[in-house]
Amino acid sequence: MTSNSDLDRQARVGLVSRRSFLKTAAAAGIVTAGAGALAMPAFGADTGSTPQRGGHFRLGLSRGSTTDGLDPAKYADVFMQSVGFAIHNYLIELTEDGELVGELAESWEPAPDASRWVFRIRKGVTFHDGKPLTAADVVASFNHHRGEHSQSAAKGIVDPIESIETDGTHTVIFNLTAPNADFPAITSDYHMAILPEKDGGVDFESGNGCGGYILKRLKPGVEAVVTRNPSYWKSDRAWFDKVTFLAVTDTAARTNALRTGQIDAMDRVDLKTVNLLKMDPNLTVNSVDSDQIYYFPMDTQAKPFNDNNVRLALKYAIDREDLVTRVLKGYGRIGNDHPIGGSYRYFADLPQRHYDPDKARHYLKKAGYDSLAVDLSTSSAVFTGAVDAAVLFKEHAAKAGININVRREPADGYWDNVWMKRPWSMSYSSPRVTEDWFFSQYYSADAAWNDTNWQNDRFNKLLVQARAELDQDKRAQMYAEMQRLIHDQGGSVAPAFSAYVSAARNNVGHGKIAVNRDMDGNRIAERWWFKG
Amino acid sequence: MNKLLLTVAKRLGLGLFTLLVISLIIFLAVDMLPGDIATEILGQMATPDAVAAIRAELGLNLPIHERYLDWLGGLVQGDLGNSLATDRPVASLIGDRLMNTLYLAGLAALISVPLALGLGVLAALYRNTLVDRVVSVSSLAAISMPEFFIAYVLILFISVQLGWLPSLSKVDADQPWLDRIQLMILPAITLTFVTCAHMMRMTRATIINLLSSPYIEMARLKGLGPWRVIVRHTLPNAWAPIVNVVVMNIAYLITGVVVVEVVFVYPGLGQLMVDSVAKRDLPVVQAASLIFAATYILFNLIADVVSIVSNPKLLHPK
Repeated sequence: MTSNSDLDRQARVGLVSRRSFLKTAAAAGIVTAGAGALAMPAFGADTGSTPQRGGHFRLGLSRGSTTDGLDPAKYADVFMQSVGFAIHNYLIELTEDGELVGELAESWEPAPDASRWVFRIRKGVTFHDGKPLTAADVVASFNHHRGEHSQSAAKGIVDPIESIETDGTHTVIFNLTAPNADFPAITSDYHMAILPEKDGGVDFESGNGCGGYILKRLKPGVEAVVTRNPSYWKSDRAWFDKVTFLAVTDTAARTNALRTGQIDAMDRVDLKTVNLLKMDPNLTVNSVDSDQIYYFPMDTQAKPFNDNNVRLALKYAIDREDLVTRVLKGYGRIGNDHPIGGSYRYFADLPQRHYDPDKARHYLKKAGYDSLAVDLSTSSAVFTGAVDAAVLFKEHAAKAGININVRREPADGYWDNVWMKRPWSMSYSSPRVTEDWFFSQYYSADAAWNDTNWQNDRFNKLLVQARAELDQDKRAQMYAEMQRLIHDQGGSVAPAFSAYVSAARNNVGHGKIAVNRDMDGNRIAERWWFKG
Repeated sequence: MNKLLLTVAKRLGLGLFTLLVISLIIFLAVDMLPGDIATEILGQMATPDAVAAIRAELGLNLPIHERYLDWLGGLVQGDLGNSLATDRPVASLIGDRLMNTLYLAGLAALISVPLALGLGVLAALYRNTLVDRVVSVSSLAAISMPEFFIAYVLILFISVQLGWLPSLSKVDADQPWLDRIQLMILPAITLTFVTCAHMMRMTRATIINLLSSPYIEMARLKGLGPWRVIVRHTLPNAWAPIVNVVVMNIAYLITGVVVVEVVFVYPGLGQLMVDSVAKRDLPVVQAASLIFAATYILFNLIADVVSIVSNPKLLHPK
């Protein structure tokens, strides 16, 4: 059956006529009040089957590389992240509903204020080799990312930790440099796997962990094989007997393998052919509306972007709907020039900015320009269709008297040589668990990835204040104001949120699919099962 | 015969020198690429601190000549070094994949070389007839299509529609032989399509060329049949150019099949090389390119030896 959101998507990309759309919609018993009522696509449908044990689950993933390794500090992409969540546990799990629930942490509390966090570690949990989990393992796992010589990609998010201490064998205390009400959220990050302590450091090489599966072998760039951990402390997770993660870089190869039943599920469906894939009766395409944002960061300290009028002109010069329809083929939502989407707790529903060439001209004039010529650096490395998006933007902006010169940069080395180096480039960002996390990494004045070089005093003050505030209402107000500041003055044109589109064979069961990361929050091995 | 051994020894020495030059060129070329292992591994997540820490640990801060000599020193002692990305010994990363590559190249060669030679002889024998045209046109058509296209077409019909063979060729050292061969059939057929035409055309051209020489005319006048003329009188003189093309194609099967590997997800050396270049994993790139270079050098040597041995004029020079 074609679902409601499917129809909506097809209507948007013009695959069904309005008449046949209404006919099918009526036949499916959908009550419509015009197309507007269908604007929000639904989450991946709940399959409604009850979980059961058993089976060998084969998962084809796009981003495996021969340079992959078992160090969580260097997990590169969805392949190792998914393996990581299979073999390791974390202090806190971010559930499919976006809630933080204790995994290896039984409870946590600020004591006495948000600059000191006390985590109580679950008792009776063992690593795969039988070693019991203690506070020392947790401390070592966090120290793995900290310190001057840290090679971790997560160094930035553990920097606010001043010291870590233990109290007995099952209590860990994090002392922060400044109060942070959102601190617990970072322990759910995929880098923060809890590893066994060994000689003052951690042992990541063996793959030993507390997770629902035991690593049998990892062949980088080929496959990882895990089998169920018989003594896993969770009884309602990790349903498969065995999971094989296959690195299948080529989209067509993944698709063929899924169609011929050589794999049971795959990530990153090719959006250009997704409607053909849907015709296969043995498969289900799952699309979840994530808050993964696609954006165009400008250096707000460089000419001409140092004038906010120019930034506003560019924000009005892009046709967001057109971009979502043509580049994302309808698998996404329009963005509103700030990175916070509906899955965040303090999402502020600001008035949507729309394509308006006249307004763009108006702001251009205010900045003292009749017309404007700017360079936009892009590359296929940013996301699939990034170059198309840039060219589309160029067409939209031309109507506002803005001439965008699209510079296509090499994909190889893009993040090192182009992003944050050229005055205007393109980027994407996965959603973070909290607003504070995202803002601290991308928008605070001293953030390592402040890719708009934005120095807004009011924003920076609010960011610190909100971090320390424990009152929910006051926090909501502060985060709303910060979103408005980014929306009105920030340096990014942020036109779209993309969806995570994956596919599975029909005998695979799952609950609601998480939106925080691809493949059910990278926890597909732990959460999915085979139907009977 | 001693002369031949001397030639081989000389060529091997020269080959070693070539390898040295190649390793230097590859080292410099990878070093000239923007970015290094630290920035490539961390990607968008790179922070200056973490990048600096990785560089310090891997010794990337040392001047390039020191790093090269260090690597060369290890190589001379038979140590290919460790991968910068995974810290595993390069030898263990390459081992399995090299065997996979050789197996696939071997199977493809087993199919394509006899097929190409047979078709070439056939085309020469029935030159300018319908048989010749069909053989020539179809093999040229096959070589004109890109590898991935042939692969996709084969997958569509043989895997997806008919379900005879799997579309993923993920071989494994633990699999029984028959299973592995079954997994390798589709990639091997794809490679046969790609390499056949070249060898077939060369065989045909060489034989036709020889068929117009006086000694063949003599053989015919003696009343020998066409097959006997070709197999006994023409082919021995045609080996040199044919073997040259055949070894070139086998070398290609070992070194140039990354596209086929990607489409069939076959774990061979090509993908390892591509990933390693993308991540600037120099020891792995160096090892893989040396293997590729050595393959060409060795196969060229084999071709020359065969030419010399098959030609008395070259074997016993005056």
